[in-house]
Amino acid sequence: MHLEDLAEQAAQYRNEDAHIEREVRVCVAASCQSSGSLPVLEALKSACDTQGAGSCKVKGVGCMGLCSAGPLVAVADKDCALNESVLYRDVTPDDAPDIMASVCSTPVERLRCPTDQPFFSRQQRIVLEHSGLIDPDSLRGYIAVGGYAALVRALTEMTPADVLREVTTSGLRGRGGGGYPTGLKWSTIAKMPPGQKYVVCNADEGDPGAFMDRAVLESDPHRVLEGMAIAAYAVGASKGYVYVRAEYPLAVERLETAIRKAKRAGFLGAKVADTQFAFEVEIRLGAGAFVCGEETALMASIEGLRGQPRPRPPYPAESGLWGCPTLINNVETFANIAPIIREGGDWFAAIGTEGSKGTKVFALAGKIKNTGLIEVPMGTSLRDIIEVIGGGIPDGRAFKAVQTGGPSGGCIPEAHLDIPVDYDSLKTLGTIMGSGGLIVMDETSCMVDVARFFMEFCMSESCGKCIPCRAGTWQMHALLDTLTKGRGTRADLALLEDLCDVVRATSLCGLGQTAPNPVLSTLRYFRDEYEAKLLGDA
Amino acid sequence: MTQPPARPPLPSDDKRWKLVNATMRRNGYAGHALIETLHSVQDAFGYLDETSLRFVAASLDLPVSKVFGVATFYHIFMLKPKGRHTCVVCTGTACYIKGAGGLIEGLQEHYGIDPGETTGDDRLSLLTARCVGACGLAPAVVVDGEVLGKQATDTLVATLEELS
Repeated sequence: MHLEDLAEQAAQYRNEDAHIEREVRVCVAASCQSSGSLPVLEALKSACDTQGAGSCKVKGVGCMGLCSAGPLVAVADKDCALNESVLYRDVTPDDAPDIMASVCSTPVERLRCPTDQPFFSRQQRIVLEHSGLIDPDSLRGYIAVGGYAALVRALTEMTPADVLREVTTSGLRGRGGGGYPTGLKWSTIAKMPPGQKYVVCNADEGDPGAFMDRAVLESDPHRVLEGMAIAAYAVGASKGYVYVRAEYPLAVERLETAIRKAKRAGFLGAKVADTQFAFEVEIRLGAGAFVCGEETALMASIEGLRGQPRPRPPYPAESGLWGCPTLINNVETFANIAPIIREGGDWFAAIGTEGSKGTKVFALAGKIKNTGLIEVPMGTSLRDIIEVIGGGIPDGRAFKAVQTGGPSGGCIPEAHLDIPVDYDSLKTLGTIMGSGGLIVMDETSCMVDVARFFMEFCMSESCGKCIPCRAGTWQMHALLDTLTKGRGTRADLALLEDLCDVVRATSLCGLGQTAPNPVLSTLRYFRDEYEAKLLGDA
Repeated sequence: MTQPPARPPLPSDDKRWKLVNATMRRNGYAGHALIETLHSVQDAFGYLDETSLRFVAASLDLPVSKVFGVATFYHIFMLKPKGRHTCVVCTGTACYIKGAGGLIEGLQEHYGIDPGETTGDDRLSLLTARCVGACGLAPAVVVDGEVLGKQATDTLVATLEELS
C-alpha cells in the first residue's frame, strides 16, 4: 500500500460523509457512560430520525475531558475541534429533542458548557487530538482523519534507522512515569541481534487517581496500535502484547475491536500495508496487581506467572519476555509516535521545556472544580493547571496540597505551585511526574492520614518478594497508624524516618523504592501536622 | 518425539467447562496462558474453586501449587463464591479524598459485612477495588459491573436495595 492509496481511501471516506454538515457527538468513554451517556446517545439518534435532520449525524465519540460535567454532548460543524463546538453538559435523554432542534438554530442555553473557558482553551492536544472527535470503534473514522498514514509512511518511505532518528530527535521521554528517553530505549533494542523481539504496551494503569491511559484506549485505540506497529518496525519486532487492566473492560473491548479491524484492513498481521513487515498484537489481561506496572513484573505476568519483579540488569531491552529483547512503553508514549512521524521530530521537540519535550496528559481529580483529563505542554505551571484550567478548589475552601505521581510520588504545597511541570522540576520537589495523575487536596485533608493511606496501599500491594518492602511497608503503616491516632511519640517519628531511608535504599523494585515518597514529602512540607499529633515527650 | 500430555476429562458435564477449554485451546494449552484461563473460569463460574484449579493445572500441565500461587497473588481472582449482586467500592486516592471510607463504613453498618464478605442470604458481596479509573466521578462504586459516580451512602444503599 502506498501513502497515496491511503490518502485516497481517507478522501473517499470523507466524501461518503460529504452530505453531513453538522455532527452531534456524544461522549461514550467510561466516565460519561457511568453518568448515563448511552441512553442520551440513543435518544439523540431517535430524535435525529424523527426530526429528520438529514445533514446531521449523531455519533458516539471518545473522552472530551471534562468528566465531572458528563454526560457531554458536542454539536459542531463537521471536522470542527472541541473548542469550536457548542458543548452541552449534564445532558439527559429528555434533552434530546431540544438539542436536535438547536442543531441549525440557537443553542440550548440551559445546558451550555462554555468552551472558551481556560479548561478547553489552554490545552494543546496531541495525544488526545482525535479524542472526542472520532468514533473509537470506527477504523474508517480513524483513517479519515489521517490515521495509519504515519505507519504506512514509516514502512514505505523510511528505514528503521530513520524512524529511530525522528523519535530520538523528538526528545520524547517515557510517559509511564520514569521519563527514560524513548529514542534511546528503542535504539538499544534495535541494536540487539536479529531474532525474536517483542513490543509491549503497558496499559496496567495502576496508579490510583490516574485515568489517562484508560481514556486514550477508550477514545482512540488505533492510535496506540499504530504507535506500537511503528515501534516494532523500528526495533525489528514481530509480536506485540498490550497488557491491560481487567478493571477496564470497555478499554479492552474497544482495543479488541480495533485489533480485529486493523488486522482485516492490513495494518496488522502478516504483511502490514503490503510490505514484508509482519506484526501481530495480542491482548493480555492484568488481574489486579499494582506491582505489574513494574516492567519485570509485567513480563512475568504476561508469561502467566505471579507478577513479581526481578533484579535489573538484565534490562528487558536485552532479556525480556521469554528471554528475548523486549520494548516496553506506556500507552501515552505510543500514542505520541504517529504525530512525531507525521510532523517530524523537530516539531515535537519545539513543544515543552528544555529537558521535557511535548505535551503531557494529566488526570485532574480530588477537590477541584473541573475534574477530568487535560493535555498541556510540558512546563505549564501547577498553579495554572489547578487554579486556571482546573477552576480551583470548590466550596470556598483553601488549597492544601496536590499529589503527583500516585503512591510513588509526593505532595506539593501551595508555596511550590508556580513550578513549571516537567520530569526534572518535580524531582527537585521530592515527587515525580508519574503517569500524570494530579490529586488536589483542600484544607480538610490531614496529611498524616494521607500518608497512611498511601502506605496502606503500598503494604497491601507489595508482592512480598523482598523483605524491605514486605516488612518495611507493614512497619511504616503501623507507625503511621499510631501517629494518626495521636498515640505516637517522637521516637516513633524518628523510627519512621529511618525506615523510609532503609526501604527506599534496599527494596528490589520501584514499588518499594518509592513507597516512602508520600511519607517523606509530607514530612518535608507538612511536618507540623506530624508534630501536632505526637504525644508529649515524656 | 514426546507425546503431548493427555488432557484431563472435564470435571462435569456443565457446559461452562467448554468455555474454559476453548480459552486453553486458543492459547495452545501453553502454561503462559494460565492467567487468561483463570479469567475465563471466573467469568464462567464467578469464582475459582479447588476443582477448577486442579482441572486447569492438569490441562496446562502445571503444578497445582503454581496455579494456586497465581490465583491467590492477583486481587481479581476470588476463591469464594460471590453473592448474586456485587458492590465494589473504589478505594483509589481520588475516591478516598472524596469519602470512599465513609461509603464503606456505611455499607458495613447497613449490611453487617466487611469488604470481601457476602451477606448471609447470598444477596450482596461487598468488595473494594484499588482504582477503577473513574476518578472524575469520585467517589465511584461498581454495582454489578456498572460504574456509578458521585455516590453517597444513602443513595447507594437505596440503589442496592432496589436490586432484586
